[in-house]
Amino acid sequence: MVHDYVVPLLKILVLLNAVLVSVTFMTLLERKVIAWVQVRLGPMRVGPHGALQPIADAIKLLLKEDITPARADRMVFTLAPIVAMVPALIAFAVLPFDREANFFGYRASLVIADLNVGLLYIVSIASIGVYGIILAGYASNSKFPLLAGLRASAQLISYEIAITMMLVSIVVMSGTLSLVGIIDAQYNARVWYVFVQPVAFVILFIGGLAETNRAPFDLPEAEQELTGGFHTEYSGMRFALFFLAEYANMIVVSGVATTLFFGGWLRPFPNLAALALLGIVPGWIWFVLKTFVFLYLFIWIRATLPRYRYDQLMRLGWKVLIPLGIANLVVTAVLKVLF
Amino acid sequence: MLEPVVFYTLAALILGFGMLVVTARNTVHGVLFLVANFLCLAMVYVTLAAEFLAIIQVLVYAGGIVVLYLFVVMLVNLRRLPQGAPDRRRQTRLGIVVAATLLAEIAAILVYSSGQPAGAVAAAAAAGPARGNTEVVGMLLYTDYLVPFEVASMLLLVAMVGAILLARRDA
Amino acid sequence: MTPITPYHYLLLSAALFTTGLIGVLVRRNVIVVLMSIELMLNAVNLNLAAFSYQWHHAVGQVFAIFVIAIAAAEAAVGLGIILAFFRNKETLNIDDMDIMKW
Repeated sequence: MVHDYVVPLLKILVLLNAVLVSVTFMTLLERKVIAWVQVRLGPMRVGPHGALQPIADAIKLLLKEDITPARADRMVFTLAPIVAMVPALIAFAVLPFDREANFFGYRASLVIADLNVGLLYIVSIASIGVYGIILAGYASNSKFPLLAGLRASAQLISYEIAITMMLVSIVVMSGTLSLVGIIDAQYNARVWYVFVQPVAFVILFIGGLAETNRAPFDLPEAEQELTGGFHTEYSGMRFALFFLAEYANMIVVSGVATTLFFGGWLRPFPNLAALALLGIVPGWIWFVLKTFVFLYLFIWIRATLPRYRYDQLMRLGWKVLIPLGIANLVVTAVLKVLF
Repeated sequence: MLEPVVFYTLAALILGFGMLVVTARNTVHGVLFLVANFLCLAMVYVTLAAEFLAIIQVLVYAGGIVVLYLFVVMLVNLRRLPQGAPDRRRQTRLGIVVAATLLAEIAAILVYSSGQPAGAVAAAAAAGPARGNTEVVGMLLYTDYLVPFEVASMLLLVAMVGAILLARRDA
Repeated sequence: MTPITPYHYLLLSAALFTTGLIGVLVRRNVIVVLMSIELMLNAVNLNLAAFSYQWHHAVGQVFAIFVIAIAAAEAAVGLGIILAFFRNKETLNIDDMDIMKW
């Protein structure tokens, strides 16, 4: 009873809270990092060096008036932020933080569900996430959100193909769809897949930027041309939900990249006995550290690169990434058969 | 004990959303009910030990095909058109009568066959454990059903070319 | 409660199929008609999955995957036709689709 119901529920509770807290503080990190890149200070007032800024922001957003535009489609308008947020959160169910962790003598695995179709689960959940954006664009009944929603859906669908092609080559390498199994396969192969599949990694990362609507592919929220993008008409907590969903998606993409290419919870060089003292650090801390590097990279790229134009974005997706992904898959499969 | 509860809840949701799809005035709402219906169906597939099918249902149906519907509905809805529906009553009555006849027919077959002994089924069940996983489906797809698989891929290619040709503005 | 047998799934599938059939026969909006056809295809898939579960053989799931592939092809071409039709006639009423040539 305890093992079947209480422990999984506790895990979900802890994970949800961890995700929400880290998502909140991601906003602070983003503002600080961008400020440092631009030789500014960033938020400084609330708490030491602005450390409590996210809490102030959250209180502000909660207290703000919640406006629904007069001619909006009320039901869909209310539904859209929820539809954007839920897939971002349930994707965490299959992320393997560690095989096992010791809590005061109780050993529990740090994966909520090790599905045998885990990788496909993440892809399918990501494909559901499109709805939030399209529906927000439609329900606002206003031209800029609608344009942004259409842009976003076209962008997400195009880049999903490239990402899926890339994931298939990883599956060919590892021979399993389970995320835990993929990490085990990297352990047995004695190499992180990023060294074997560099092309796939680059495609995943570019595709991940596009899937999460991050710069340089943040066309759905290009403020210079679309005022605010698909969430122009949203205010208060509903607006915040879109924001949180974007950051949660970033964490999911980083976590998937970590799992597939950087060995997940494995310490660096897991087969070198000389580095065995690194084994003191628990696996989930390695996972979190690796994920954090990716999150930093996301922010760094946003502070550095200018935005793509829409036709350039589509050309990159369809004429570069998808052919590259297919070529990579064919080469991987041929090499797998030969050796 | 849990299984009937899950089944009846999902069945109610599936049928409810299905009816909402058919009756929705606003087509965008109809598409949303369709997505909800497909997601509930995916959950039923999970209870039927068909995980791969469930994932494909979400990925291809809910995440692909229905997005396409939503796209078209939004493109078409941009110009607010009057939803004229002449000759409604006679057609509605006729349609419901035909559908009810069909349902009665299927139900009659089911009731008839449920009276038959299910010996063959039990024998098959003893033959081996069901593995509704990706490997089993993949092996079947790439060995016994390789030709249909290739034909399906050709069909998708043809459909893709056809769709591009049809939707082109200067066709 | 009685345990869930394949017949329960078949009845659910029959009811879903009938719902889709009513949609095809009654509604005049061509997009709703296409969506109702998707409902019917899904009812068939449910049947296949239930049989696959009953017989402990994955071939039902394989066929369901074929059905999904064909549904994707049907949706792509069907929606393409609807867009082309709407561009020419500015209507979605299926009763207006009654001429062979424009």
